[in-house]
Amino acid sequence: MNSNHKRLSIGGRIDREQPVEFTFDGRSLIGYRGDTLASALLANGVTLVGRSFKYHRPRGIFSAGPEEPNALVTLATAGRRQPNLPATTLELEDGLVAESQNRWPSLAFDVQSINGLLAPFLSAGFYYKTFMGPTRRAWMFYEHFIRKAAGLGRAGSGHDPDRYDISHAFADVAIWGGGPAGLSAACAAATAGARVALIEQDFLLGGQLLAEQSDSAAAAWLRQAEAELESSETVTLMKRTTAFGIYDGNVIGLVEQRDPSNPQLAGEARQTFTMLRARSIVLATGAIERPMVFSNNDRPGVMLASAARSYLNRFAVLPGKKIIVATSNDGAWRAAFDLADAGAEVIVADVRAAPSTALAAEAGRLGVVVRAATRIVDLNGGHAVRRATLNGPDGQPEAACDLVCVSGGWSPTVHLTSHLGVKPQYRDDIGGFVPGAFPADRFGAGSMMGTYSTAGAIEDGHRAGIAAAWFCGKSMPVPAPSKLDLGETATALLREAPSIGRGKAFVDFQMDVTTGDIELAHREGYESVEHLKRYTTLGMGTDQGKTSNFAALASMAALRNATIPETGATTFRPPYTPVAIGALAGCAIGHHFKPIRRTPMHDWHMANGAEMIEVGLWMRPFFYRQSGRDSNEAYIAEMRSVRQAAGLMDISTLGKIDVQGPDAAIFLDRIYANGFAKLPVGRARYGVMLRDDGIVFDDGTTTRLAENRFFMTTSTAKAADVLSRLEFLLDTAWPDLRVAVTSVSDEWAAMSVAGPKSRAILSAAFPVLDVSDAAFAHMGLLESEWQGRALRILRLSYSGERAYEIYVGATAGEQLWSRLLEAGRPFDLKPYGVEALGALRVEKGHVAGPEIDGRTTLDDLGLGRMAGKRTGFVGDVLRRRPAFQAPDRQRLVGLECIEEGKRLRGGAILFLPGEKPYGHGRGRVTSVTFSPERGHYVGLALLAGDVASEGSEVVAVYPMKAETVRARIASPVFLDPQGERLHG
Amino acid sequence: MLRIECPCCGLRDHDEFRYGGDASVTRPAHDDPDPQAWYAYVYIRANPAGLHREFWQHVTGCRQWLVVERDTRNHAIASVELARKLAPRKSLARKSPA
Repeated sequence: MNSNHKRLSIGGRIDREQPVEFTFDGRSLIGYRGDTLASALLANGVTLVGRSFKYHRPRGIFSAGPEEPNALVTLATAGRRQPNLPATTLELEDGLVAESQNRWPSLAFDVQSINGLLAPFLSAGFYYKTFMGPTRRAWMFYEHFIRKAAGLGRAGSGHDPDRYDISHAFADVAIWGGGPAGLSAACAAATAGARVALIEQDFLLGGQLLAEQSDSAAAAWLRQAEAELESSETVTLMKRTTAFGIYDGNVIGLVEQRDPSNPQLAGEARQTFTMLRARSIVLATGAIERPMVFSNNDRPGVMLASAARSYLNRFAVLPGKKIIVATSNDGAWRAAFDLADAGAEVIVADVRAAPSTALAAEAGRLGVVVRAATRIVDLNGGHAVRRATLNGPDGQPEAACDLVCVSGGWSPTVHLTSHLGVKPQYRDDIGGFVPGAFPADRFGAGSMMGTYSTAGAIEDGHRAGIAAAWFCGKSMPVPAPSKLDLGETATALLREAPSIGRGKAFVDFQMDVTTGDIELAHREGYESVEHLKRYTTLGMGTDQGKTSNFAALASMAALRNATIPETGATTFRPPYTPVAIGALAGCAIGHHFKPIRRTPMHDWHMANGAEMIEVGLWMRPFFYRQSGRDSNEAYIAEMRSVRQAAGLMDISTLGKIDVQGPDAAIFLDRIYANGFAKLPVGRARYGVMLRDDGIVFDDGTTTRLAENRFFMTTSTAKAADVLSRLEFLLDTAWPDLRVAVTSVSDEWAAMSVAGPKSRAILSAAFPVLDVSDAAFAHMGLLESEWQGRALRILRLSYSGERAYEIYVGATAGEQLWSRLLEAGRPFDLKPYGVEALGALRVEKGHVAGPEIDGRTTLDDLGLGRMAGKRTGFVGDVLRRRPAFQAPDRQRLVGLECIEEGKRLRGGAILFLPGEKPYGHGRGRVTSVTFSPERGHYVGLALLAGDVASEGSEVVAVYPMKAETVRARIASPVFLDPQGERLHG
Repeated sequence: MLRIECPCCGLRDHDEFRYGGDASVTRPAHDDPDPQAWYAYVYIRANPAGLHREFWQHVTGCRQWLVVERDTRNHAIASVELARKLAPRKSLARKSPA
């Protein structure tokens, strides 16, 4: 067949000068700029476009917009795979490659359409019944095959080669929908003086006006409105932009597609996710035509009447030559007339007994055959409709056809209005749901409000635009809108019942839900619409039931003998149309996923063999490659060098807080479990903070710099939380305390020199300072200057060795680090990483994050003596609650591995010897290390107090690696229990 | 998508703030030994459908803790005040003002 054989030679809003090449299922085809994929496929005579979700029934193009349930395709160009896109919304672009979905081996010959024969087993509630019933075992077997057979498109697994972006936008009035009502609202609001954002999902403005002939009065009105908006400086036209949800504070979520016709945008973000914040919103989202329910109503070649008119007038495609228009209202007659005018043979089957004489006269003039009180009951034809069985006063005549246009009336697109809890309300006069009462900053206009005539929509939009602008305080005078009357006649409402012949009659095309399924749900008691939805999966497809919702409600209402308002509507939730995850992520991927914090010595680490590790947002040296062949070898070597000579560690990541004020000591006394008021100036103290509920919050050291000034350090992980908590207590609980707290974390570079030779190194590095033990005792402070920067040295130890924490102005960090290494070279000073740091503290029995895990108390960690008999500090009262004193409460113990050649692992579960290793056990291993001092693995664990007697055995089970290892309970301090090395 | 009118910094996006829990509960005095009082303060919450007093901290702004009255049904904010203004003034038995 020749290309574009269904295309008319004139008319439409396509550019015949600009052919566009694309591929569908491997077939190379030609369309034109201005086409959608759907219109180009129709022009090329492609009617079979996809297979259905469950039964693999052949499906064609049903609509001309985002409501499309059938024609879902996968875009698959080099490296990209985006599934489940409605062909009706895809702007045709050069090189577009689309594939049909859910068929194998090919679209025309699909083996799994045999699912249709299995239909009785795939009815509503199928999943529930197989999961719950006696067939549960069989499900295990069949699941694989059924899952493979049912479904939609398949996502890609490769890296997405496209870029995405995120932006924020602001407007006085956001107008949602670029049809006659939205355009009119935008003109009015802009004239009134408001900044306007007009959002339209299509690549052309106009909405239903685009389905009018391109030389009509409607087209002229559209041109004028567009020109007015384009020339206005306060109007932003957002075409190709889908509003998928409305959120608190009038924030609208938008996804804008890149304009494929603009070569300057090539390589720019494929989609941009915009959060638009507006002061008021006009919703002019239009209405969606309803299908009709009859047997085989899902065959390719069945199309909404408005869609057929749109394909004809907008895209210059005559989708059929022998057409039956089945309708319950006047609107579809306009499609019949235009199709007949374009040369098709048309029969109108109107379910109403007496369509208006004006319509009949026009039909007569155009040679349209009219059958009143007639409905379609069945269709014949596999991949394309061939014959319809009608039912009317003339019996059941059959009629040949190649296109069936249907119109069961219209449903206002109320989805978006429901997103913030405005419940739809049923209006009997139009037989549809309209939005309920809006809040003061939201307005509706046009067919979404049930105003179905174009003239009415323009009036409505004008009023809404003025009101929305007025809400923002913009009230410049606005002249009356230019009028446009398309002479639509009021649509008589008819609740028409489904007409069922021999085949399935579909209600939800995408989810393959039939009238039979709804009857079944009703029979089995799932009568509420919310139950109906979940039991049958109705409306749960990617189209969210845009075309199916009302028919299903009407069916259920009829079965229950209830009215539609009594039956109720389901709740619509965002997103209105599917949103690519890539768009929501925007640029925040890979390297840009989160900020990275680097210490002042970062570059040195990178240049000197550090293997880095992420600790929260920080990058820290994990180990240095020159220390060993792998992390295990390296950390043990680094530990040895600290224990035997000295090591240098970057501790700049510690939280650092400056605490000042006349009441600073009192404040610290309240926030730490141990006392600080009596701490002498120039001395540091280890402190532990609790939460209000008595659980340990964080630990660190605080040094008294002066009578009213302290320097607090926190753990790396809790730095922000601790500061915020201190501010909370000062602002909300104790505002009378004259204390100020300030983060100085980034102002200081910090490094720790640890090991028996650390004092000698310090002395070499700072020859002018007196670092003798007499002048600088353990827990002492030394303040000075280095190279014009502040220098603060604390004699503190985490590793158990003699050690010094050196703080210097951040910009001098790397310089001082290098100076220390140089001074330490004769003493064998080596840098060490966080793995060795962790190992050293485990060997010494110091607790850290794995033990202070938000579940442990001071007593659990063996630190109860720190609080002693003190009272009046945060967490004091609730830490003494009885539950925390239970004898089987898990407490900190040490563990020694007693099996030759085996190791302990963090996370292992502890059992008593002979106990069945099942459940949560008696405790868990929190931290482990190989101990060079002991020659085997040691660890810290939390173990039930009633079984934790030193010297007895436990079994550590690690199911992830199927490991079981025996361990002996010991004191958590594996090294130097007297603390002599601190002074060594 | 809330915006909070910070008394120091003006109208700001809620991304700049940190939520800090229920502000309607009364924190016992720091040396109150009554477990019931602390239990009520830490665990007992009203969870109203309507106006809720809650703490927010302007963490990436002025770092002040605020008391925000927010309607839990529609997130409309009725008032924002500095927590310091509303807090009890006395936690310290000070002999004479310094």
